[in-house]
Amino acid sequence: MTLLKVDNLTLQFDTDEGRITAVEDVTFAVNAGEVLGIVGESGSGKSVTAKALMKLNPENAVYGAGTRITLRLDDQSVDVLSLKKGIDMQIVRGGAVSMIFQEPMASFAPAITIGAQMVEQLVLHKKISAKEATDIAIEMLDRVGISDAVQRFKQYAFELSGGMRQRAMIAMALSTRPKLLIADEPTTALDVTIQAQVIDLMKDLVADFDMGIIFITHDLGVIAQTADQVAVMYLGKIVEQGSVRDVIKHPAHPYTRGLLNALPKLDDLEAALTPVPGDIPSPLERPAGCVFHTRCAAAQPRCSESIPEMTTHGDNHIAACFVTAEAHNARAGVE
Amino acid sequence: MSGQSIISATDLSVHYPIGGGLFTAKQYVRAVDAVNLEIPQGSFFGLVGESGSGKTTLGRAFLRATPITRGSVSYSDGEVDYQLVDLRKNDLKEYRKRAQLIFQDPYAALSPRMTVRDIIAEPIEVMNITTTREQTDERVREIADKCRLNLEHLRRFPHAFSGGQRQRISIARALVSNPRFVVADESVAALDVSIQADILNLLKQLQHELGLTYLFISHDLSVVAHICDHVAVMYLGRLVESAPTRTLFSAPRHPYTKALLSAIPSLDPDQRGQAQKLEGEIPSPTNPPPGCKFQTRCRFAMDRCRQEEPKLEKTDSEHEVACHRWKELADQIL
Repeated sequence: MTLLKVDNLTLQFDTDEGRITAVEDVTFAVNAGEVLGIVGESGSGKSVTAKALMKLNPENAVYGAGTRITLRLDDQSVDVLSLKKGIDMQIVRGGAVSMIFQEPMASFAPAITIGAQMVEQLVLHKKISAKEATDIAIEMLDRVGISDAVQRFKQYAFELSGGMRQRAMIAMALSTRPKLLIADEPTTALDVTIQAQVIDLMKDLVADFDMGIIFITHDLGVIAQTADQVAVMYLGKIVEQGSVRDVIKHPAHPYTRGLLNALPKLDDLEAALTPVPGDIPSPLERPAGCVFHTRCAAAQPRCSESIPEMTTHGDNHIAACFVTAEAHNARAGVE
Repeated sequence: MSGQSIISATDLSVHYPIGGGLFTAKQYVRAVDAVNLEIPQGSFFGLVGESGSGKTTLGRAFLRATPITRGSVSYSDGEVDYQLVDLRKNDLKEYRKRAQLIFQDPYAALSPRMTVRDIIAEPIEVMNITTTREQTDERVREIADKCRLNLEHLRRFPHAFSGGQRQRISIARALVSNPRFVVADESVAALDVSIQADILNLLKQLQHELGLTYLFISHDLSVVAHICDHVAVMYLGRLVESAPTRTLFSAPRHPYTKALLSAIPSLDPDQRGQAQKLEGEIPSPTNPPPGCKFQTRCRFAMDRCRQEEPKLEKTDSEHEVACHRWKELADQIL
């Protein structure tokens, strides 16, 4: 069942230096019980996309005319962009959709206990008594593997270690039983051993709660371990999308290939590390045509003139590139 | 280890005092505890461990950027020899020219009010390496060129540059005094993968051109596997294993190293859930557990591990491990 459908999401910001396009024409869907990975480097627009889903962007954000964000709740469809601020948004924020961020310390109020923060949001969103909320919160802390949950419930965020804090953050996000969880770089600030614990925990929770998860990260290894579907973003656009196996094992877009070639691989220590040449352009100087053509080794004259459409590279596997699309079609023609 | 060692640490400890108010007893953070380590000249030496393992403190101790509590460190590059513990002021100045640091965050390391030229020139001006402005400019241009910086950019300010370019400026600043030994502390951790590869290749190339020895501190084992020729693993202030890269990654001996390696998320979606779960987190260095420091999280811990701290012993000529049970566990996959 499709939980969330995003069609033609375009998001611009009005700044002193002009209107900046942060996200352009992004389309994807998330199903219940499925993890959608969004991978991209800094400046690719992945976090802005995540925030846009909950209308958390600042005042100067301008949504494109064709943008539609549809959330399916039980039997009704909610058009997120038409919701007004305040009371209307509450069914989305913290109720049906929860979000966890990279830095758990910044997400907890420092002077309020973990427990009080969990209870506050439960009372607000679920309309239950503080007593019931306390029970749910403690049960949830226990569920995410925090030992001695009753004690932790009374502690402040600074008293917990990094891994514990991230678990508490996940417990808090899940205590309202959201349908959709948006996780923005949830393991980036953690050590690998703790990262492995958190990844495992999230996988268990998807299975238990039948949630949809949008997992945003820059780390392709983490994506390979967690996601079912993956979308690769570059400069505000999705350049490739498909099942995680297809995208990582048979990348169709030159940018995805570049990312994989730049990554140090443990099973092949001899392989040279090939950087993607150049730097990501400033959003003020978005290249015309294909956004990646300034750094693409396979670029042709037409790449700087017209924008490549998404083409099919296999079952449910799409990429936006003129050159690889032709190569794919040529191969398909031979077969 | 073959060849001459540029850095030799014997029984090196760095303890930081904390607390010690009117009513509370003084405690010590044992950031680095009794470390013995030799860094061969000309090597790309990796130092890995989780946060809180003491790897940054060890790097700083080698640069004499933090007070050394116990033990000794000697530096020898074939031209000069220093005992870092009792370095006199003049010798320390000279040592600063020979041992340099590349920082993690290229956004924080560069002054926004200085031009790139001034940023790179500052060390040699402070160290009185050049006498005239022409000499300084020539040296700056030379090193900027080596670090693949566009000479046109020297007049600009750092805000105009991307992360990768800034890290190249940082590297140029570290290398301008012509050091022999460079500590690179998480120098690619803040960079995107597509740029990270470029900086790693640059570091390697500069090593060959300038004859550098690196201590490369990182939490990212796959980066270390690719660039370093020898790797040491730290846990809670102790060295737990040290071996040539290939050996360490193909035949790790310490249970902690094995767990660390298996925790790296595999790029292969078909190999899921093969990580060996390491329970819990690194204990506080103010109150380390008795015996082996890793025993609280080790699946193989037995009574001896809880009482007696294992010493670093050789498993073969270049491979050292600190574990009581490494021999019997050698054949276990994980």
